[in-house]
Amino acid sequence: MSDIKKFMYLNRRAPYGTIYAWESLEVVLIGAAFDQEVSLMFADDGVYQLVKGCDTSESDMKNFMPTYRTLGDYGVRYMYVDQASLEARGLTADDLIEVAWEDWETEEEVDNIVEVVDSAKVTELMAESDVVFSF
Amino acid sequence: MKLSVQINEGPYQHQATDTAYHFTKAALENGHEVMRVFFYHDGVLNGTRLTTPPQDDRHIVNRWVELAEKYNLDLVLCVAAAQRRGLVDDGEAERNKKNATNIQEPFRISGLGQLIEAAIQSDRLVVFGD
Repeated sequence: MSDIKKFMYLNRRAPYGTIYAWESLEVVLIGAAFDQEVSLMFADDGVYQLVKGCDTSESDMKNFMPTYRTLGDYGVRYMYVDQASLEARGLTADDLIEVAWEDWETEEEVDNIVEVVDSAKVTELMAESDVVFSF
Repeated sequence: MKLSVQINEGPYQHQATDTAYHFTKAALENGHEVMRVFFYHDGVLNGTRLTTPPQDDRHIVNRWVELAEKYNLDLVLCVAAAQRRGLVDDGEAERNKKNATNIQEPFRISGLGQLIEAAIQSDRLVVFGD
């Protein structure tokens, strides 16, 4: 396929409690091999997926939070967080992890691809995506 | 239009699989192409031939089979999701040393790449879930 599509993975669930967040990550990791333009959107309880300092040690659950920090190496170029969802949960951008990104060919670097966006921007970003995977 | 369908919920528990079935059937009957139906999360439970609903209820698994036979529909269960939930075909039984299989033909088990490929090659990917 020569055409590159804009993929958005829409994450709406808390990281634990259901398997949606983890199995969504698995799609992102596998999908990296297909070289599409990939963004992730975190909304509703999905914003908890990026909160710093998650500790699962007493719950017998694998802590997959470190995986989010590596997404820049898996072809993810943008990670958006819905501002209204953050605010409704008493969170701010300071509570979120940072994810670095680097283009190996052009050596272009971005320190942090996690970006908080307002509702109008969320709508715009979804509208301009070719594919929205909803989890 | 060339469509693909992703189903994220199990049968009977959730309406998503019913809605997806009726959508897929309507699309095919109206001349659209459905490249693939991809079952993910608990959606893989749509593909077990051991399903036995009460006789006065719809048979969700058989319904997919009939649609697939009529339209040569590609029904794919995600392998990682299937392994977690005990969906097994001959290949998986051999690989993981299981003494039984339960997949319903023509469902097949394959990787997540099949979902990505469907999203790339279809005009629309339609996701059914919670």
